[in-house]
Amino acid sequence: MTRSGRALALIGALLVALPAFAGTYALSVATLILWFAYAGQAWNVMMGFAGQLSLGHALYVGVAGYVAGGLFVHHGVPPVVGLPVAMIACTLGGLAIGSLAFRFGISGVYLALLTIAFAEFTRIGFDHLAWTGGPGGMFLKVGRHGAWDLLNFRGPPIMYYYAALILAALALALCARLSRSRVGFYWRAIREDEEAAKALGINVFRWKLGAVALSAAMTSVAGVFSAFYYNSLFPEQVFGIHRSIEIILGPIIGGVGTLFGPILGAAALTLLSDGITESFAALGWEISGIKQVSYGVVLLRVVMFLPRGIWPALARRLRL
Amino acid sequence: MTALLEVNGISKSFRGLQAVSNASFTLQEGSIGALIGPNGAGKTTIFNMIAGVLRPDAGTIVFQSRPIQGLRPDQVCLAGIGRTFQLVKPFAGLTVLENVMVGAFLRERSPTRARTLALQTLARLELDGKAALPASALTLPDRKRLEVARALATRPKLLLLDEVMAGLRPTETDQMVQALRELHRASGTTILLIEHVMRAVMALADHVGVLHQGQVIARGTPGEIVRHPAVLACYLGEETEV
Amino acid sequence: MSADLIANVVIAGVLTGLVYGLMALGLSVIFGVVRVVNFAHGEMMTVAMYAATVLFAGLGLGLDPFLAIIPVGAAFFVFGYALQWVVINPFVTRPEHAQFMLLVAVAIILVNALLAIFGPDARGVQTDYQLDSLAMGGILIDKTRLYAAGVALATALGLLVFFKKTRVGTAIRACADNHLGALIVGLHVRRLYALTFGIGAVCVAVAGCAMVALVDVTPSAGPAFTLLAFVIVIVGGLGSMAGALLGGVLIGVSEALAGLLVAPSAKSMFSFGLLIVVLLLRPRGLLGRKT
Repeated sequence: MTRSGRALALIGALLVALPAFAGTYALSVATLILWFAYAGQAWNVMMGFAGQLSLGHALYVGVAGYVAGGLFVHHGVPPVVGLPVAMIACTLGGLAIGSLAFRFGISGVYLALLTIAFAEFTRIGFDHLAWTGGPGGMFLKVGRHGAWDLLNFRGPPIMYYYAALILAALALALCARLSRSRVGFYWRAIREDEEAAKALGINVFRWKLGAVALSAAMTSVAGVFSAFYYNSLFPEQVFGIHRSIEIILGPIIGGVGTLFGPILGAAALTLLSDGITESFAALGWEISGIKQVSYGVVLLRVVMFLPRGIWPALARRLRL
Repeated sequence: MTALLEVNGISKSFRGLQAVSNASFTLQEGSIGALIGPNGAGKTTIFNMIAGVLRPDAGTIVFQSRPIQGLRPDQVCLAGIGRTFQLVKPFAGLTVLENVMVGAFLRERSPTRARTLALQTLARLELDGKAALPASALTLPDRKRLEVARALATRPKLLLLDEVMAGLRPTETDQMVQALRELHRASGTTILLIEHVMRAVMALADHVGVLHQGQVIARGTPGEIVRHPAVLACYLGEETEV
Repeated sequence: MSADLIANVVIAGVLTGLVYGLMALGLSVIFGVVRVVNFAHGEMMTVAMYAATVLFAGLGLGLDPFLAIIPVGAAFFVFGYALQWVVINPFVTRPEHAQFMLLVAVAIILVNALLAIFGPDARGVQTDYQLDSLAMGGILIDKTRLYAAGVALATALGLLVFFKKTRVGTAIRACADNHLGALIVGLHVRRLYALTFGIGAVCVAVAGCAMVALVDVTPSAGPAFTLLAFVIVIVGGLGSMAGALLGGVLIGVSEALAGLLVAPSAKSMFSFGLLIVVLLLRPRGLLGRKT
């Protein structure tokens, strides 16, 4: 096995065994990290591979959450059925936005702004819909915590942890597979130079759309997970631009377009945030906002001095 | 015998400026043709019309007995025409091998077979030793070879080379001419060149078409062209790089 | 719904819109010249608003927000200049997502610094003339709103003169048109970029001081302002100063009308809808130049 293969297997084993020695709080932090690792990987498909910057990915998290959650709350539809419905809804949404954007030749900053506009438009819309509960939010019934009810996605924290772990692992495997395949090569070609890609027989419009659709579909799973994990949905929280930013922080810090960037970034950011909280609490500083300022400063330094993200630099150091 | 490529009376104007007017020529399979002429004569416009980047205002382009004018660039490539760009466009973030694999994937779906085809193509242009290098690390002559290799990996029946000698020193030009000659001999791929560098045109082309102000003013072998009065008057007499 | 009511709402929208327009003008100048996507624009606006409240009530100075423009504007110029020179400059040639992250980090720092210093509650400025208004027929115009719009317009006109008539202004426009050409000609591009960012920051400062006389401010007001600025810049047209003001007025009026006719909380929906339509159908906006 290669050096990196061994390292991966080791980390994998650690993660599988984690619940055995981690407390409830640590487990919830780990679940959060894995969620962001997964969502970040989903976003990375569109950006890291195909080079299309989306700053409104919270749209898919929100729509999926509300669709599956809404079906559950209003019609008792279990999430195992709600999930595919949500995925279809988000994929169609992504295809619609993508077709519009690419048909009209929108790219770069303008595409990013377009995605923000769609997310904000939806957020305000959902604030006013009765079916979604409006700004007051939608609440899902919490089940008994002991039993593992996979069909309804209810159970103890450990169930959610493993679900998140499986999602993150699947996403990693999928992206690894894609990057070695024709799909991955074509996407990277498009990211590098669309004109050259066309001259090599690549139908750029269709392939970009594929990246958007896959990214949306993958992100929707995270949305359904989130809805049934937190059991509440508010348009402001779920569609807000800060949610979109949170999702992309991981991949950008970790390394856009790399396989391990999203996971590393998610881990680094969550641990950093928690670390800062802990140390401030230990120092007795209770001022709200101070923690985030330090967080912002660290972010700033990473962005300034590690332009390609943490992963490439780390990989070189560890010679993976 | 029907020609591989037939360009029939194509025209193109941009906002009132007639770039190409009623241009026609044919290219036989297995031959090497060249389009020459002063800057602004319309060579690149014709090229782009064949490659699908532009749509002719009038006229037809027939490739393997099939009209291709108005097709998208990727459709043109699928039909069997590969092209290079005058200002080379390597996929900078990919290695040399990966660059060519992108081309190879058009005809080979599986990554292993695409890789094999890519390595073979690189070998034909003597770049296989540099396969693992990032494309951004190549010198200009090598980038030109990469550009050709990448297009070649799509297994084209016709290869369009857009001023592939531009920016090369005389020795590098000779090397490129050698490589293209070898390529042509080994595979029989039909080639259409746009060129300014007469040295290369004389060495490679079977037939030459001369453009001036959007019109074809002369056709013939290289030997006939250099003696043609109209050509001497408007082109070779003024600016020649030999 | 009387004609007078609608007229009042529209006029209020126009006046507020001019202030929005000035804020957007700052963004347009930065985006159009330095080509950096300033996602911290709204946060800068929020800082300006807080600065005005401090100068008014905090230090016992009682400085009217419209007069606070001078110190706040000066401070912001320095801040903007320094930010561009030190932090942002290396990012001018980097990909968009990197620029975005940089300014998001700046925004996070600004927002939370405000939160730490001032707490989450809203703050405002209560001037003596707050409730005064001019009456013209059935129309009632807030004096404060009128002053705010006047200040915004004056600043915008001043900028127009600066860019059209002064050497420095022309040099900045040259950079925007042709970065490489500007370098070749010997313009000190880095300094001009810093100057431009400083100017953009001054726009924000003036707009902020004017805005706080109209609405209260909270630390989380930033993102909404940023998005609003982008909507205005794109609708009005990048690179056009008149476009930024026109866009601001349009958005101000449409938001006011949407608030009246639909629901106050839905007013931004119209702006985003408009952004989508403009991005798709006419990306250069109403008055923007075709690139």
